[in-house]
Amino acid sequence: MTPIRTAALAALTLGAASVAKADDLTVGMITTLSGGGAGLGVDVRDGFQLALDMAGDHGIRLVIEDDAQRPELAVQIAERMIQSERADILTGIIWSNLAMAVVPSTVAQDIFYLSPNAGPSALAGANCHPNYFNVAWQNDMLHEAAGQHANELGYENTFIMAPNYPAGTDALTGFKRYYEGELAGELFTQVGQTDYAAEIAEIRASGADSVFIFLPGGMGISFMRQYEGSGVDLPIISAGFSFDQDVLPAMGEAALGVINTSQWSPDLDNDANAEFVAAFEDAYDRLPSLYASQGFDTANLILSAMAEADVSDMDAFRAALRAAEFTSVRGSFEFADNHHPVQTVYVREVVEEDGVLTNRIIGTAFEEHRDVHGENCSM
Amino acid sequence: MTLALVLEQLLNGVQFGLMLFLMSAGLTLVFGVMGLINLAHGSLYMIGAFCCAAIAAVTGNFWLGLIAGIAAAAAAGALIEVVVIRRLYARDHLDQVLATFALILILSEGVRMIFGPRPLYLNVPDMLRGSVNLGIVDYSLYRLALIVFGLLVALGLWLLISKTRLGIQIRAGESDREMIAALGVNIRWLYTVVFALGAALAGLAGALVGAIQSVQVGMGEPVLILAFVVIVIGGIGSIKGAMVGALLVGVIDTMGRFLLPRFFATFLDTSQAMGVGAALASMLIYLLMALVLIFRPKGLFPAHG
Repeated sequence: MTPIRTAALAALTLGAASVAKADDLTVGMITTLSGGGAGLGVDVRDGFQLALDMAGDHGIRLVIEDDAQRPELAVQIAERMIQSERADILTGIIWSNLAMAVVPSTVAQDIFYLSPNAGPSALAGANCHPNYFNVAWQNDMLHEAAGQHANELGYENTFIMAPNYPAGTDALTGFKRYYEGELAGELFTQVGQTDYAAEIAEIRASGADSVFIFLPGGMGISFMRQYEGSGVDLPIISAGFSFDQDVLPAMGEAALGVINTSQWSPDLDNDANAEFVAAFEDAYDRLPSLYASQGFDTANLILSAMAEADVSDMDAFRAALRAAEFTSVRGSFEFADNHHPVQTVYVREVVEEDGVLTNRIIGTAFEEHRDVHGENCSM
Repeated sequence: MTLALVLEQLLNGVQFGLMLFLMSAGLTLVFGVMGLINLAHGSLYMIGAFCCAAIAAVTGNFWLGLIAGIAAAAAAGALIEVVVIRRLYARDHLDQVLATFALILILSEGVRMIFGPRPLYLNVPDMLRGSVNLGIVDYSLYRLALIVFGLLVALGLWLLISKTRLGIQIRAGESDREMIAALGVNIRWLYTVVFALGAALAGLAGALVGAIQSVQVGMGEPVLILAFVVIVIGGIGSIKGAMVGALLVGVIDTMGRFLLPRFFATFLDTSQAMGVGAALASMLIYLLMALVLIFRPKGLFPAHG
């Protein structure tokens, strides 16, 4: 732990002790803090914590536990948080397969679940639930934007690839929903795969004019490092997950110029975002990622609902969450009827600024975009 | 499907296999000589990669990083052997698994405390960047270098085991531990050296592979699982078995991922074929392991005849 983090933690602990007032609400955060996916969970946690720190006297008791990216562990933690910690709200899960394991039973027990990241299609459609809110996106959304933008770039023969798990299938489905060209090839890789030589050989032999990938976390780093040296130089288009601040420093210049889509970007021009980016850099000494922005928005949504209603009155609190009266770092924020965001999706490019790789907005793929699964949701 | 694609996939399989060999050679040596199941072998791989990335970032020189990675992994291995492992030789395998699993958790968290949760940057050296033309196919120069490197290390290891005094002691240790101790060989020292040698090989693999993969906490565990498959197939304790097993696993895994989806695509639609093919390809090496266990329960080249 860096000295700054230690100092920040110490300050938090002291701060918590000096407030010593009864907590109004308990939030249980189950997120990935160890293993290869830890970068994402740490960012969600830090973004969430930052929003609480900036709010000052917030009355939230935050309990954080590491799920190690294991579904069975996440289920156990969720049970413990509901039974022993008496959590009113659960949040924090990064991975769709973990969300599918935890969310349905949680919301059925009259506990709110606010997703700061995963948005599997099942929970947006037929299995939507009044107690489930997604503050990030439905999984397909950014991939749909990538498909849409591939058309604008004139790509006609794209090779598409994603890991074989719920978010991976959502990604390819989402891309294909808007992409109008031909597919040069379609591949599923293993979750956590580290060697992409076989896939790169397929891409080389496919005669594609472009490549769409969804490889979050370390998978994207491995792929880009190997792609760079392979002699294949087709343009890459992707959703922002594979090219955000958590992985860009490790990818290095291999990532320069990659086009990716996101609902957020560090250079997004609004006051809340400028304040968030500056405060995050100040507190943690690094640039925030989109995951951090989602954690930050999730905390602010909870705070806004607490200002309107007490969590013991579930209907009033649910209505306050649904209203989403908070200032999002994305600019405007609104829930559709299936409790998933209606939002603008931007097109970004990876650039180097002051020696740091980051993203810059170069266009807009969708205005006020909503997911297609809402049609199957009865709410 | 062209000849160039098949050739490229074969090269990929061989390269993958040789990197697996570096991992499994250390694992099988330690198991063969000391009878120890070392789950923390993957952590030594991770230490090699992290130290290589850190030193390469400071000095700007990959090769210095590589040496540092090997040295750090060997030093960590020797330290672990003296402090922890030495107490486990007389215990049963379950105790060893428990203790070395604890080591995985301790080392992973330790690395995270020092280097942070985000992956590190490690690039391939300038002289090995880009691709090279092999007649009908362009191939990554760095992967080609990995093949050469893997073969050189295998040759060096063979010379060490078959031609040197240390090699004789290692082979004797595999056959009869009490006897070589009775003959006056300092067995404690031998164990530390063998463990450090295995750790150095893991660190070397981690540093070499780290340049084209994500240098992150927990990177060693997926490779460790494959390395166990390799030594079970090859025969525990046998370097030759590790070599054959590693190449088999590398080539079969790569060719399975390459050919199975194509096979299913002949009678299923593309998306389905990709899903089924990918799922079956990931099982292929375990099926191979099961087959080997049925017909040659001691592996292809059992060390103790």
